[in-house]
Amino acid sequence: MSSRSNHDAASNIHGDSAPGYESETPEGVRAAVRGYVIGLVLASALTAASFWASSTHLIYGPGVPIALVVLAVAQMGIHLVFFLHITTAPDNTNNVLALAFGVLIVFVLIFGTVWAMAHMNANMMPTMH
Amino acid sequence: MNAAVLDHHEGEGPRREPSTAPGHGTGGPAAKRIIVGYGFWVFLISDIIMFSAFFCAYAILAPAIADGPAARQIFDPNSVAVETACLLLSSFTCGMASIAASQRNQRWTQLALLVTGLLGFTFLMLEVHEFTGLLLRDYGPTRSAFLSAFFTLVGCHGLHVTAGLLWLGTMMAQFYAKGFRRDIQHRYFCFSLFWHALDIIWVAIFGLVYLVGLHL
Repeated sequence: MSSRSNHDAASNIHGDSAPGYESETPEGVRAAVRGYVIGLVLASALTAASFWASSTHLIYGPGVPIALVVLAVAQMGIHLVFFLHITTAPDNTNNVLALAFGVLIVFVLIFGTVWAMAHMNANMMPTMH
Repeated sequence: MNAAVLDHHEGEGPRREPSTAPGHGTGGPAAKRIIVGYGFWVFLISDIIMFSAFFCAYAILAPAIADGPAARQIFDPNSVAVETACLLLSSFTCGMASIAASQRNQRWTQLALLVTGLLGFTFLMLEVHEFTGLLLRDYGPTRSAFLSAFFTLVGCHGLHVTAGLLWLGTMMAQFYAKGFRRDIQHRYFCFSLFWHALDIIWVAIFGLVYLVGLHL
């Protein structure tokens, strides 16, 4: 990854030639392919682990959903780094900030909803049957 | 004093490794591709926030099966595994097409895009098969709140994949007819971001909807 982002940064200095352009050298192509292959291998491993975790009896039952959440978040991270090329390069700072804001909103939305709705259920009046 | 402060800064600034990266002041404006990608990235994040709202609805309504089928009874782990493999591989071939397009290699670009499209189409057909199977058993979105939330969330992702396939076909035609022009490359860059983001949303769906549902 680092070799690719170095390459990106280097090619950016020379005007409007960004990553993935005609300036790509054979080494650059090899590094790019390697990045995607690493991403594919890691994502496949995490996917396989998720399917394994959902069917195994080795993990304590109520802990399985937590394991699946952790594996899903890890795989999203892999996809972001290796497929969407979210890096620490200077041309990526805006993307990272937008992503951080998006993640904040998603967390507020999901945890806020689940938390509030769980309490709503607990505070409901008993239904009259 | 202000002048002294300014002088101090000016004296220190250039020696302290000036940032030559474009879009950071001294480096000039960012490359068009970076700006295009940023704009599309903001759209993708808003799309992800919309999906997270559907996830919330699903998380709340999943137990409300109203005497209808529970998740465990209607989800098929084999079908989900094949769908997941299709989408993951199509994300990979989409990346290969990006590299081929950057090399202006028409044959490999078209081949990688064709494989991407076929994998995406296989995914979509499996999903249509699953949905029609549920509808034929009278387990449609009107059956229970759980099924309403399920069809909304997964169906919305399916609609995105459908739109992505149309965009993919358009990109193949444009690369073929117009060549590897810079603006076409920018369009393809946005498409690849869109396709990879759809795969990220599917990671959440197969993990948190299907696998958690199958386990509970």
